[in-house]
Amino acid sequence: MDLSAINPLLFVAGFLVAATPLIFAALGELVVEKSGVLNLGVEGMMIIGAICGFATAVETGSPLLGFAAAAVGGAALSLLFAFLTQITLANQVASGLALTLFGLGFSALLGQSYVGVKPPRLAEVNFGPLHDIPVLGPILFSHDIILYLGFAMVVAVWAMLKFTRAGLILRAVGESHDAAHALGYKVVRIRTLAIMFGGACAGLGGAYISLIRVPQWTEGMTAGVGWIALALVVFASWKPWRLLLGAYLFGGITQLQLNLQGAGVAIPVEYLAMSPYIITILVLVVLSADKSAAPASLGRNFHASS
Amino acid sequence: MTQTPILALRGLTKAYPGVVANDDVSLTIAPGEVHALLGENGAGKSTLVKMIYGLVKPDSGTMHMHGAAFAPQEPRSARAAGVGMVFQHFSLFDALSVAENIALGMENAPKLGALSRKITEVSEAYGLPLSPDRIVGDLSAGERQRVEIIRCLLQDPKLLIMDEPTSVLTPQEVEILFKTLRKLSAEGTAILYISHKLEEIRSLCDSATILRLGKVVGHCTPSETSARDMAEMMVGSTLKTPMRAGKTPGAVLLDLQRLSAKSPSAFGMPLREITVQVRAGEVLGIGGVAGNGQDELLAALSGEQLSGAGMIRFKDRDVGQLGPTARRGLGILTAPEERLGHAAAPDMTLTENAMLTGAVRENLVRGGMLNWPAARRFAERIINDFDVRTPGPGNAARALSGGNLQKFVIGREVLQRPEVLVVNQPTWGVDASAAASIRQALLDLAEGGAALIVISQDLDELMEISDRFAALNEGRLSEPRPAQGLTVDEIGLMMGGAHGMEVAHV
Amino acid sequence: MIRLEKRPQASQAFSWAAPLLAVIATMFFGGLLFAVLGKDPITSIMTIFWEPLFGDFAFYYRPQLLIKGAPLVLIAIGLSLGFKAGIWNIGAEGQYIMGAIFGAATGLAFYPTESFLIFPLMVLSGALGGLLWAMIPAILKVKFGTNEILVSLMLVYVAEQFLASMALGLLKNPEGFGFPGSRNLQQYASAHNAELIAGSGMHWGVVAALIAVIFAYVLLARHQLGFAIRVTGEAPRAAKFSGVNPTRLVLFCMGMSGLLAGLAGMFEVAGPAGQITIDFNVGYGFTAIIVAFLGRLHPIGILLAGCLMALTYIGGDIAQSQLGLPAAAIQVFQGMLLFYLLAFDLFTNYRLRVGRTEVA
Repeated sequence: MDLSAINPLLFVAGFLVAATPLIFAALGELVVEKSGVLNLGVEGMMIIGAICGFATAVETGSPLLGFAAAAVGGAALSLLFAFLTQITLANQVASGLALTLFGLGFSALLGQSYVGVKPPRLAEVNFGPLHDIPVLGPILFSHDIILYLGFAMVVAVWAMLKFTRAGLILRAVGESHDAAHALGYKVVRIRTLAIMFGGACAGLGGAYISLIRVPQWTEGMTAGVGWIALALVVFASWKPWRLLLGAYLFGGITQLQLNLQGAGVAIPVEYLAMSPYIITILVLVVLSADKSAAPASLGRNFHASS
Repeated sequence: MTQTPILALRGLTKAYPGVVANDDVSLTIAPGEVHALLGENGAGKSTLVKMIYGLVKPDSGTMHMHGAAFAPQEPRSARAAGVGMVFQHFSLFDALSVAENIALGMENAPKLGALSRKITEVSEAYGLPLSPDRIVGDLSAGERQRVEIIRCLLQDPKLLIMDEPTSVLTPQEVEILFKTLRKLSAEGTAILYISHKLEEIRSLCDSATILRLGKVVGHCTPSETSARDMAEMMVGSTLKTPMRAGKTPGAVLLDLQRLSAKSPSAFGMPLREITVQVRAGEVLGIGGVAGNGQDELLAALSGEQLSGAGMIRFKDRDVGQLGPTARRGLGILTAPEERLGHAAAPDMTLTENAMLTGAVRENLVRGGMLNWPAARRFAERIINDFDVRTPGPGNAARALSGGNLQKFVIGREVLQRPEVLVVNQPTWGVDASAAASIRQALLDLAEGGAALIVISQDLDELMEISDRFAALNEGRLSEPRPAQGLTVDEIGLMMGGAHGMEVAHV
Repeated sequence: MIRLEKRPQASQAFSWAAPLLAVIATMFFGGLLFAVLGKDPITSIMTIFWEPLFGDFAFYYRPQLLIKGAPLVLIAIGLSLGFKAGIWNIGAEGQYIMGAIFGAATGLAFYPTESFLIFPLMVLSGALGGLLWAMIPAILKVKFGTNEILVSLMLVYVAEQFLASMALGLLKNPEGFGFPGSRNLQQYASAHNAELIAGSGMHWGVVAALIAVIFAYVLLARHQLGFAIRVTGEAPRAAKFSGVNPTRLVLFCMGMSGLLAGLAGMFEVAGPAGQITIDFNVGYGFTAIIVAFLGRLHPIGILLAGCLMALTYIGGDIAQSQLGLPAAAIQVFQGMLLFYLLAFDLFTNYRLRVGRTEVA
């Protein structure tokens, strides 16, 4: 075993990259859940985003167009979920599962001709002299624009929920759709918008995996990141800043086990590879005691009967 | 009165499948007038105000405000026109603060800081103390109502609609509310006051419109009409009061000693050292404003929530650790307040709902296998004995009207020959004749030697059927006193007087 | 304008019509999808639904129906119990894998001893494997209130990694020339889950699936526990009020579904699959979720839905080899089925009214 093979700077920079898909997906789901909807289809929307982004980037040669397509793809798939749960009032758990099963199949179908293709690279943002600062430069100032966008979105969502009227209405709908309806708020419309935002974010997260983190296309490549994102929302108690922290924690663990695999630690590869999932479970156990932060209407369907 | 009325309704009709909720309803309200809308449950009061507030659109008829045509498409436009509404079931968000709740109900809410100052101003001006930063879930029912009222007042309403506002208040709190309303009326605000409590209407309202089965059956001036006359207009027939014979209570059946329990829900009320005995043949009435531990007390007695050793004794046997099934086996039966979803499973048939609590005492189960034909017979017996209006036991619980389902739920427990029966809100949302028959069934049961605990927010009901009366206040139970001869003031003090009003003297 | 109105009670007729409508809609839109992929839609649909049953090689495909249907039904029956009660075990795939590993490991431990006791022992340990794996989310849920959906799903990924390490390590065939994968149980008579009637596809897993269907039917229709499951799903508070112990119910439903999934995995690995390999599992645990819903969480419905879904697997294979239809297309097809089912299910509890709208 050679731990010195792990370069601490590359490790930190790497875990920022590993955390970014989680940040996007979990942040989108946080907004969805704040509106009182539980969408278990994050994994499906991510993988659709991953292939939409990948295919568009390859065809157009523009990674940024790829990310835009990923957001559109994720949002489009989420509309199916919105239709099922908001219009036909289907069970949210079942609909979310359907979305994931469908998304996995559909992405495999779309991605057939992209296996083994190399996507165009997204350039680092040019920070000029900042990039050359020792230690901080390689860690903080040597990434692509999407990574910074993820961070900015956390700030934006936090500010939106805390300071704006739109955020207040979103929280109100998630707390009690009946009361919000009585006050004249359009519950279904607000929730549909939230679901689409969640879909777009999940799509961006998926594309970050296929275009930047890996970068290539394989079937089922999201490998449970969407589910970990769902766990992360619980971990964060529905708070954006804690979500950021959680995403970095998971990103760190993922990166660490990859680095350990690379360093040839005496633990079999399979056991290292299962560690992020086991740690997710452990974290869920520790944090499940406090559910008070959950939106009160989470997972309940709304039908205006009067 | 020669002024233009604030609101004039002409020929409003609204039909739902199978029921005409409002049929050709007309009424007018002048500025500063306190107008009562009177009627039984299901008479169409809620539908009418929902039309005025833009939540429901009338099928036909017209509305005018200040002489101009008024047809609100949504609550927002009703609010813009100067209509404010205080809901019966509060339209509040538990997890949000008072200020956030108020902001949600306003069209052009100022920034939270400025809004908080305005809330404090208005609450002081009208004698309704309220701290803008508190989380609504932690407030008492009376305080929650103040949030709604202030939310309306901040928008300078011309017309304030109040839907059953006093059902959640202690008598002292009602007095304070009436002072506020009179002050508003003096300032020119018209008030549409919905209630079925006649004495209240007589003391507060200038005029009244009485609805029955969706139709206007009369107008009157409450101060000049007797409560009895109004009641008969409302119900359409003379009512008979339940009958009971005086008797001496028997042995203690249920003995609660310092019963304490945490609430299972986030914004619930813990029970605090409740001590009381109930004897065979006795009815203990428990009053109190909603949310002061009623649900928790029922859960502790039904066995849904287990309690510590020695806290609940039945015939000298400690039953605090027994679950619902074991307690039913002993003869302790309960009927919770919430009919759909708690006392009964909405989408299951009446047969299945009969099985729900009848399995043990009616021998509907043998070796784990269920005897469905027997359960069906039990359901039929409940339907017959309690005059439940339904096509048959194969119907889903949710297809029944509230009153019929309530009769089914109470009948299901009464027919199982309980030794102790605990009911919560036995006649809530039930029409007068069904309520009377339920009360009679409860009294008959006590007559037969069962010990009864009736938890209710309807003080008239409690005074009518209780031998002794106690009140729940913040999870504590007051010392029970003989119901006969208790005054409204005494009852009010037992219920905790005016919650959080010590600072306010209007 | 059209608006929705809640029915006074759920429509029995629509509850059974919804799956049929879903199948028809899926055939239609699936056909469109195949057309977009450049295949003749009618031929594709015929190949999937007709060919396996009545085509020239039906004698070969019909037994496959039982082989593919049995694990789906077995798993879906277990899942349906939990789903009915609002307990969401979606990690059946993991429990299936663990059942297979436990079962195979038990058999291989006795290699090359021959005894009639070995197979029953494998059945028991296969069931135990699935049960234990499902007990993890169950116990975490009742002890700590942890979300069983996420935990059971995470455990699928853990089980897949565990499977890889077993196939490459402990259970690797010592005489396998270094290839990953265990000994082939089909060549070990005492451990082989052989066909009971040659050429019929009927193996012990099929028998177990049929027993599970009957067991679940009786449980739900006549037994107290089944009633408790149904009430809990319909109205959890009413269930608690009636005396149902939610903790025990979670343990039972999760345990039962894990046990059945474990059995399915064991029968598969000892029979049709034959050996533990890195990827012997083909997603039955997830497809069974669709089967459970398509069968209305009703045992008889699940039996039918399981057969239908098995048909799409077999037909999909044929379409893949004969028409070059991509494998993923069948996955999409199955996913679509669940979508349409959920959408059509609306009419079980609601009906459309054409008339004036209200302000929503």
